[in-house]
Parts: sequence; C-alpha cells; structure tokens
Amino acid sequence: MKVAVSSRGTERMSVVDPRFGRAPYFVIVNTESGEVDGIENPGALAGTGAGVAAAQLIADAGAEAVITSALGPHAWAALKSGGIQVFEAGRGTVDAMVQLLLQGGLAPLEEPNADLKAGAARFGQSPDVK
Amino acid sequence: MSVNATSRPTMAIAAGKGGTGKTLVATSLAIALDAHDPGCMQIIDCDVEEPNAHLLMQPDLPTEAPVEVLVPEVDLDTCTRCGACARACQFSAIAVIRQAVLTFHDLCAGCGACAYVCPVDAITEVKRRVGTVQSGHSDAIDFVTGTLNVGDQRATPVTRAVKNRIREDLITILDAPPGTACPMQETVEGSDYCILVTEPTPFGLSNLQDAVETCRRIGVPCGVIINRDGSGNDGVERYCAQEGIEVLLRIPQDRRIAEAYSRGETLVAAMPQWGEKLVEMYHHISDVVAAQATKEGVS
Repeated sequence: MKVAVSSRGTERMSVVDPRFGRAPYFVIVNTESGEVDGIENPGALAGTGAGVAAAQLIADAGAEAVITSALGPHAWAALKSGGIQVFEAGRGTVDAMVQLLLQGGLAPLEEPNADLKAGAARFGQSPDVK
Repeated sequence: MSVNATSRPTMAIAAGKGGTGKTLVATSLAIALDAHDPGCMQIIDCDVEEPNAHLLMQPDLPTEAPVEVLVPEVDLDTCTRCGACARACQFSAIAVIRQAVLTFHDLCAGCGACAYVCPVDAITEVKRRVGTVQSGHSDAIDFVTGTLNVGDQRATPVTRAVKNRIREDLITILDAPPGTACPMQETVEGSDYCILVTEPTPFGLSNLQDAVETCRRIGVPCGVIINRDGSGNDGVERYCAQEGIEVLLRIPQDRRIAEAYSRGETLVAAMPQWGEKLVEMYHHISDVVAAQATKEGVS
C-alpha cells in the first residue's frame, strides 16, 4: 500500500507538516517495498483550492491512504470519493507515522477537521460529487 | 458654479483598508454633485461582499437581476477519466480522483478551460447564480448595488455585472470594496480616476501605499482624501508629498461627523458646508481627467 504523508521535507526522516493542502511536500511511502518518494506540493502556494490540488496530486501518485493533521471540506470530499483513507497524524517524522499506522496506532479521520480556507471565516458549499 | 455637463467621468472611491470613510465620501460626493445639477449622478456600490451605500441613501430599488457564471457539468458516461480538465484548471475546481469526478463550483472562475481541453466533449457549461444586481434611484441619483450570494467566494463576476450598468451620460461614483485584492482591482480598472480615502496613521499609511501601487499598476490616476485629519501623525502627508500624490481634501477628526454617520447621515446632510468643498474637489478631478485624456490623445 502507498501512503502519502504531509511533510516539511522529502525524506523518510522528514518532519510531518500538520496541514494537508498547504504542506510543502508529500512523502509517498510504499509499505510493502519500503520505497520512498518525496514530491513537491505546488498547491501549497495556490490562492484557493489547495486541498483539492493536493488530493489530486497524491491520487495521481497512487496513494491509497493519507496521514495528515488538518484537512478541510474540499480535500475531504475529493479523497473520500476517490476511496482514499485518511489517518490523523501525531507529531514526529514521516517514518514514525507510517510505523504507527502499520501497528494500528493511528485513528482514521471520520470527517473534515479544518474550515474551508482555515483562518478566513467562510462557509463552504457541498461539492457536487458525481 | 455648475457641474460641467460635457465631461462625465467615472470615479472609484477606494482604500487599502476598511473603515477609512470610502462610503462616507462616495455617498456625500454623489449627494453634493446631484444638489448642484439634479439628475447628473450615478452611484454604484461595488462592495458586493458587504454593500452598505444603500443604508445611507435609502434608494428605491425596483429592478433586480441575477448574476450568473458558467460552471462545468460532466457527463460521466462520456468521460474517460483522463484528467485533462483537472490539469487545465488553475483553481482546482475540478478533480479526477480515480473513478470519481468532482466539481467544486464555489472555486470555479467560470473560465471554461475544462470544457475546452476535454478530448471527448464530456463537459458542458451550465449557468449558476452567484449574486444579484439591484437598481433604481435615490432621489434623482441613479443607484446600482450588487450582492454576492452568501458562501460564494468569487466577487468579481458580481462586480463586473454592476459595472456593466455604468452610464456614460452620468457622472459615476464606484464605491469600491476595501483592500487591494481582485474585487478592488476589478472596481478600479477602467475608471478615469481613483480617490483613495485614508487615515493619518501608520496603519492607514501602509495600506495607502498598497492602494497607490495598485492604482499605478492598473494605470488609473489617483489622489488622496485624508479622513480624521488631525488624529495620528504626519506620515501620510509626507508620503503624499514625496510621491507627488495630491491630497484632494482633509476631513477633520470631528465628533459631529461620526455622530451623524452613526445615525446613517452623510457628511453633507450633517454639515452642508461640505457640499461646496466636494463639488470643488470634483471640478479639480474633472480637470485632471480631461488633461489626462488630452495628453493620451496627443501621444
């Protein structure tokens, strides 16, 4: 299984970034082969739609699960409809989070836990999921 | 003194920050000019996220029209999930995640790129209502105001819709939204002149600098009104002198003005002597606009 972890860097020992859409990088870890791929998140600097862009990015990279701390309603809808599971990260490195996940130590996120455009008090609309 | 009937400029009233007195100036100027030449004025509230000019002018607004933008609708039977639409979208308003196709209409700018790049024509553009334009009159003043639907994030289509109502045969005042982001730029663009209202404080100065820079980049000449003059410091005055920006008017820090405004009264209603000053200011701006037009005509 490929797991995408929102991160400050591109390596296994990089620190987890709590933000999903605005994380500068994602580290994609293949839990079977142990292969690690760090990818830049161009959406980190987007005006809007960063969460959707990040969901698209990691889906295209083949991730089936995400470890992150905070994601909003748009990103949530995109990941969920793509069948990508989300697990809530604690503090630490990418490697520590993946180990925790494999040991069953990370809780799955049941709903978006950040506001749309967190910081700007705006109300989102439900996307039209097809 | 009478208002020159041959020149009908469009003036935007803007500021880098909220609460500096844009609407106070916009409504007072409209009323002052209309008093000199009834029927010569139009005011358009371009702050579609939080319109407020109607509170001061109590217009009768019998006409209402929807503002619509085009958003994509995907035919899932035709769609091959190739993802070209998602790659083309600059706003991440459409995503193709595995077999799911998602559209986020609140992020959509309505540019149509997704439909354009779709290799199998699976995307049709459909209309979606994002706001409303209301129009009518406040006494003899032509009044237009726009409202963005609650929850929508893109104000500019509504701003464009209210600006489509600009009448060339009237002097038009555009009450701009605060800040210097897209909604403000959309308002100021194409205006003949921009009046920047500021406060003589470090915060006011910082935001004024942004607003001046924005006007310069858009290519709209600007001048400054210092509101609450006498409070704060002389930073704004020094900046304007240094940059060669004209200070058009100084409205003093005066409790009577604040009290009148809190009752929903304009500057001219509360203190009629300001009418003359505003008309004088308009004449000056009108001259600057005419000189600019001549210069552009020559070059």
